[in-house]
Amino acid sequence: MLRDITLGQYYQTESVIHRLDPRVKLGGTLLYIISLFFFRNFLGYGVAAVFLATVIGLSHVPFRFIVKGMKAIVFLLLITVTFNLFLTPGTELVSVWKLTITVEGLRTAATMAIRLTMLIIGSSLMTLTTTPNNLTDGMESMMKPLKAFRVPVHEVAMIMSIALRFIPILLEETDKIMKAQIARGADFETGNIVRRAKALVPLLVPLFISAFRRANDLAMAMEARCYRGGEGRTKMKPLIYQRRDRLGYLCIFAYLAIGITVGRLRL
Amino acid sequence: MSIILDHVSYIYGEDGPLAVKALDDVSLQIPDGQFVGIIGHTGSGKSTLVQHMNGLLKATSGHIYFNGEDIYDRDFPMKKLRSRVGLVFQYPEHQLFEIDVFSDVCFGPKNLGMDKKEAELKAFDALRKVGMPMELYYQSPFELSGGQKRRAAIAGVLAMAPEVLILDEPTAGLDPKGREEILQQIKELQAQTGMTILLVSHSMEDVAEYVDRIVVMNKGKVMYDGAPKEVFAHYKELEEVGLAAPQVTYILHALKDRGFDVDVNATTTAEAVDTVLHALGRAPEAFRP
Amino acid sequence: MGIIRTKDLVYEYVRRDEEGNVEGFTTAVDKVDLDVQPGEFIAILGHNGSGKSTLAKHINAILSPTEGSVWVDGMDTSQEEHIWDIRQRAGMVFQNPDNQIIGQVVEEDVGFGPENMGVPTKEIWERVEESLKAVGMYEYRRHSPNKLSGGQKQRVSIAGVLAMHPKCIVLDEPTAMLDPKGRREVIRAVRALNQVEGITVVLITHYMEETIHADRVFVMDSGRIAMEGTPRQVFSQVERLQELRLDVPQVTLLAHELRKKGIGLPEGILTVEELADALAGSR
Repeated sequence: MLRDITLGQYYQTESVIHRLDPRVKLGGTLLYIISLFFFRNFLGYGVAAVFLATVIGLSHVPFRFIVKGMKAIVFLLLITVTFNLFLTPGTELVSVWKLTITVEGLRTAATMAIRLTMLIIGSSLMTLTTTPNNLTDGMESMMKPLKAFRVPVHEVAMIMSIALRFIPILLEETDKIMKAQIARGADFETGNIVRRAKALVPLLVPLFISAFRRANDLAMAMEARCYRGGEGRTKMKPLIYQRRDRLGYLCIFAYLAIGITVGRLRL
Repeated sequence: MSIILDHVSYIYGEDGPLAVKALDDVSLQIPDGQFVGIIGHTGSGKSTLVQHMNGLLKATSGHIYFNGEDIYDRDFPMKKLRSRVGLVFQYPEHQLFEIDVFSDVCFGPKNLGMDKKEAELKAFDALRKVGMPMELYYQSPFELSGGQKRRAAIAGVLAMAPEVLILDEPTAGLDPKGREEILQQIKELQAQTGMTILLVSHSMEDVAEYVDRIVVMNKGKVMYDGAPKEVFAHYKELEEVGLAAPQVTYILHALKDRGFDVDVNATTTAEAVDTVLHALGRAPEAFRP
Repeated sequence: MGIIRTKDLVYEYVRRDEEGNVEGFTTAVDKVDLDVQPGEFIAILGHNGSGKSTLAKHINAILSPTEGSVWVDGMDTSQEEHIWDIRQRAGMVFQNPDNQIIGQVVEEDVGFGPENMGVPTKEIWERVEESLKAVGMYEYRRHSPNKLSGGQKQRVSIAGVLAMHPKCIVLDEPTAMLDPKGRREVIRAVRALNQVEGITVVLITHYMEETIHADRVFVMDSGRIAMEGTPRQVFSQVERLQELRLDVPQVTLLAHELRKKGIGLPEGILTVEELADALAGSR
């Protein structure tokens, strides 16, 4: 039941996007997201759409698969659109009962819908083409300058990668605990909120105890293998920029230049 | 009164690309009062099989009848089935959560809607049946030894007064003495109550001495089903699928190969001693004190 | 002097009640003297709570002795400055296969130890390759550990230790959570390390049949070494072993029972073939 949740899923295939250095993808995604907030006209979104479509095409991830992941946020999208549609003051377009749709409202709602959809497709494309490991490596490397401000960059990256490794294990365990308690007559599915919250105790207690136990075991295993923080550590898979990565950066900057120029035109 | 599985199949992740046939056309009949061992290595489908018997998993195809009623009928009381077919999972750590052992054992009966007094009576009865020492009743379940945790977990299910008790790997992680004690306790429980017990295990040696019948699972199918002696006769085939017959079986076959007239069907050490003595021309009885 | 040596090793821990008051002391390891020679295969047997795991954790300097001393390759484990050298030289494999794999890909996990030691990138790859080959897991190097069987996970853990180029490996009940097939895989890999790579092995277990290939067997009970000797010497004392809550292999038990009935068999029979041959000879 819980295994249906897919968080930052990775889509295994061979493509030039998959092979890109994670720093290019992280930086690119960030710039792309920022660009979406700079556009003043729909032409800008057109450029962004072309860019996104090209990247999707290059990534060999089926479009169907990307859209499937969107289902979870349809609800959020609808709320945003509805609020913007009805609550923006301005020139009245149609009015039914107490609800009024304005020209401005329509425009904002459309912009929001497009922006949000493209934002989510763009960022999920990044997680779909980058292994979690690669992603943490990329983040660690990009955040290195923060070390000067005493941000524990290496530790944060290590915590992230351990969390990613243990999420599937803990999900499976949750499933097992749920079954064990259902076999003892526990009911997780009916009753009001208070009852349901109370019903979670028999699930959460064993889960927490197990998670702490695992954390303890893991810490011991890491120390036994000479782990003592980031100092003096070497990397098995160091990040080194290749030609395609430089090309990648070039493409992103080209997109930014074109997109923002076109997107900020007053039409 | 019995459980009948009629051509039951179960596919994990049915619509996904990684669909796995965990159960493949399994038909079984478990009559009342039988003590059955279900054997198979990890991934053979043995745990999936028993989770069908109390409705935790629903078969992709096929039917399951409990006391003659189809459990997939729309008006079949599924929640009641879970109390009548008790299932104890492999790790007691997955179910113990209360502040003391006694309250934990009360959890099941309370869920069935029993009042406090009735639930407590059931809990006492269950704890007594699994041989839990009285002084541990009000201890935290997390501070018990491995064997005692196992007892608490079994009592937690037993307190719901099931007609059938299924134990999934009740000896995993215990040391030899702990294993023997738990199995002995289960055997006693069966003798006392006459309830149907299904023991899921990957160890032939563990179950051989205790059960009436062994069902060997392999790749989601029933590979062998019969009395321990009948099943162990296939020791070579069992070996091929990564399961071993008790060591005694190998010894007796090795002796047979060397021309001894031994009964290769003996499965326990005591039986083996008798048949070897017999083959050596000494009447075993004469040596008994 | 041996590669692992303990002298009068005592480990005590404080028991506390719910309010945190001291209830008393438990002596988990009580005056243990051990001397392991390089290249030896040592097995430590004992029931749960006999102190065998506590002893093992001293060899890797995870625990520090309350009294007495532990030396690994000549270094005293209670001296802070040796701790990382000791951990590199005496690798450790734990019981739970899930709780000791750090990497999300097999090869990255095996590379974790060398990374921590500061081994250059190119050499890490060489070490990972040779270690995975030594335990027969090379073709799984790109797999996620979550998709492996218990026996395979434990072999990956062994490779992870091997990549640190240790002189000895301590395995703390590596098979306790595995099925018979997984147990066989792991024990086979451990024996290969000892015989092919010449690494000193300390195997802690409660399965007697896993120890029959050891050079020496120690049996622990309430923190002390209760029995010691070659597998044959130890296994010939069936009654004593049963007293110590251990499970004697059926073949040894059968031979013992037959001896009691007056059949002329040698002491401490360990394998099926041995028993069959001995019986054939006694006819």
